[in-house]
Amino acid sequence: MALLQISEPGMSPEPHQRRLAVGIDLGTTNSLVAAVRSSIPEVLEDEHRHALLPSVVSYCDDGRIAVGAEAAARAIADPDNTIVSVKRFMGRGLEDARRYRTAYRFIDAPGMVRLQTRAGDKSPVEVSAEILKVLRRRAEMTLGGELYGSVITVPAYFDDAQRQATKDAARLAGLEVLRLLNEPTAAAIAYGLDNGVEGRVVVFDLGGGTFDVSVLHLSRGVFEVVATGGDSALGGDDFDRRIVEWALRETGLVSVKEPDPIGSALAAGVLSSADLRAMTVEARRAKEALSEATLTTFSCPLSDASAVRLPLARERLDALTADLVARTITVVRRTLRDARIDAADAGAVVLVGGATRTPAVRAAVASFFGRTPLSDIDPDRVVAIGAAMQANLLAGNRGEGDDWLLLDVIPLSLGLETMGGLVEKIVPRNSTIPVARAQEFTTFRDGQTALAIHVVQGERELVSDCRSLARFELRGIPPMSAGAARIRVSFQVDADGLLSVTACEQASGVKAAVTVRPSYGLSDDEIANMLQQSFLSAGADRDARALREQQVEADRLFEATRAALVADGELLSEAERSVVESLLARVVEARGGTDADTVRQAVDALARGTEHFAARRMDRAISRALSGRRIDQID
Amino acid sequence: MLLLDKNYFDLFNLPRTFAIDEQFLEQQYRDLVAAVHPDRFVTDSPEQRRLAMQAATLANEAWRCLRDPCSRAAYLCRLEGISVDNAARAGASAEFLTEQMEWREALDEARLAARRPDLQALQVEVAEARRRALSTVTELIDTRADFEAAASLVGQLMYIERFSEQVDEALDDLS
Repeated sequence: MALLQISEPGMSPEPHQRRLAVGIDLGTTNSLVAAVRSSIPEVLEDEHRHALLPSVVSYCDDGRIAVGAEAAARAIADPDNTIVSVKRFMGRGLEDARRYRTAYRFIDAPGMVRLQTRAGDKSPVEVSAEILKVLRRRAEMTLGGELYGSVITVPAYFDDAQRQATKDAARLAGLEVLRLLNEPTAAAIAYGLDNGVEGRVVVFDLGGGTFDVSVLHLSRGVFEVVATGGDSALGGDDFDRRIVEWALRETGLVSVKEPDPIGSALAAGVLSSADLRAMTVEARRAKEALSEATLTTFSCPLSDASAVRLPLARERLDALTADLVARTITVVRRTLRDARIDAADAGAVVLVGGATRTPAVRAAVASFFGRTPLSDIDPDRVVAIGAAMQANLLAGNRGEGDDWLLLDVIPLSLGLETMGGLVEKIVPRNSTIPVARAQEFTTFRDGQTALAIHVVQGERELVSDCRSLARFELRGIPPMSAGAARIRVSFQVDADGLLSVTACEQASGVKAAVTVRPSYGLSDDEIANMLQQSFLSAGADRDARALREQQVEADRLFEATRAALVADGELLSEAERSVVESLLARVVEARGGTDADTVRQAVDALARGTEHFAARRMDRAISRALSGRRIDQID
Repeated sequence: MLLLDKNYFDLFNLPRTFAIDEQFLEQQYRDLVAAVHPDRFVTDSPEQRRLAMQAATLANEAWRCLRDPCSRAAYLCRLEGISVDNAARAGASAEFLTEQMEWREALDEARLAARRPDLQALQVEVAEARRRALSTVTELIDTRADFEAAASLVGQLMYIERFSEQVDEALDDLS
């Protein structure tokens, strides 16, 4: 443990050590990890020089957990215990999961579905954590140290449950999440910083299981997300499934009129789950082959020793998937409208995601925008690269040339349930974060003393069509006649996208607040249990840990205050400065001791003693940004 | 903090008028938010980060309010102590109400018959009504300083914008 150093006032403290931070693209099909090393972002490879880690987890019969290519190789032989495309089930209930027509044995669990495997019932969170653990180990080996934090990308259109599930998976894998970053935004960062793209940029991101489209405005280092839209259940997997359905009909394994060929073939026993997996793998191969060739053969042996062999032309594939492609364009049109721009206003159109290699998708995008879309940066890697750039910034490694900033939006509207199961939107989708919004409500019965507050997310008008995020109650409202109480409900979404809601009765001042953690993620207890199981006997003494945590806290605040004094020290009078200096000295002294409480007290005192300094620094930042330029000086 | 006691126009060094230099506003907003955004303060003290969040929230709110003509006009009226909600309720003219009803019927008919040209024609008509209303609002606020009349017109403008969204959605459903 290095000793704290105190520099002379006015002297620059030692530059803090670069913190190791990574960007992770946790994809439906493949996952990647990237980091900024000597100011260049790069995707990190494994010992076999592979960058892409197939997002496949297999629970082997010897108790081992295989991840990646090894797991993918077991996908056909052991389909029930090998989980592919788990991302589709993150934060999803049984009904949603079943729609994918996979052969998994799902278990209904409160909030999120579970998958039955020989290693027990697994939550999609646990399966994803296995993928993240492998990437974390890869990063720590390559970068040579413990990670400070990570930025993990999620589809822009992921709702809160899906985001929370992703955060839980990271926690389970021992990763600190600095920020969840929207995938198309990550891609835009990579294009903006690497290729110098400016102006209005439309990112079209069709991944294995999700579709996103984002409109950004890139100008002088500010990446402003203007609007985002998508479909969190549309992706390359759907194209594969259309091929499988076609093959089943074409071979007569199911009736041509059957609306759900896969489901009925599985139910009738003409198809085993291994067969379905094999056909799905072959469908993807055929689809990829048709990105280059115009004709391929769909060829797949079945478990009863028969085989399916069918010629598949690109034209046929296009016809089978035309409605899927049309769905993407409808979403694009809606998102452009939210952004208040026309297709012709787009300065650049960027393709992201492996599924954008499909010629029909490219052609549809090109024809809609009337221009050739960009795909200079490998569509598989671009998201991880952008995430690595943001991680580097959020870890505090802002270099000289890193003068850029991301302004993101909330993808889905946030609102409250009102009378009759209707939704009152409080914060509309595409609001730039951080954002705060408040609205007044009233009581509907005479003498009503409590108000139930139900926070929901989504665009629909009925509560039942939206996602429920949290419920809480405001109690102790003084009895009044109906409609007389004025209850102000405030929503605040911070820069991390975390929502807190407060309700306050204006006359009496009674208050209730909740920080929203959706109820269908894992509970804190569940996570704690899982962590305990994975670190068997950490054995760390509780007191030692408490002290360590306080010391970390002390180091952070000490470093932050020193840096602030160096940057803006002249905002303090000499007397004020000497007070701060003595508070700093107290922190150093307490930190050297062994009592966590003493450290905490010293840290609190320093925090309180520098509040006015923080306020003056913020005022200075504001003045510097705005003053000195008036309207008449423009032009 | 400096931001807390300034109105949005003063904050961005803009004259308090309805007609504004939108490019200037955009530039001022970007410079401000770039200076105060919490991501600029990741290694700072918790208090500094809290202030950054507060400042960035205010900057975002001010920008959202001023960039949109309708909410900008409503804000100008509010600064004069006139609530748009009340003014709109009191001042909806019979003429405007009739126009609303006609539009709604036209929308329902076109939607039922799935007639794209009819919807497009309606879209043009609504856009023209919006343009007219905006130009009247400009005159009421910037030339005549008649905020009562402006507030009632802003109420109509809000209705027009909501209706315009519905026409857009109907067009989307056809495609």
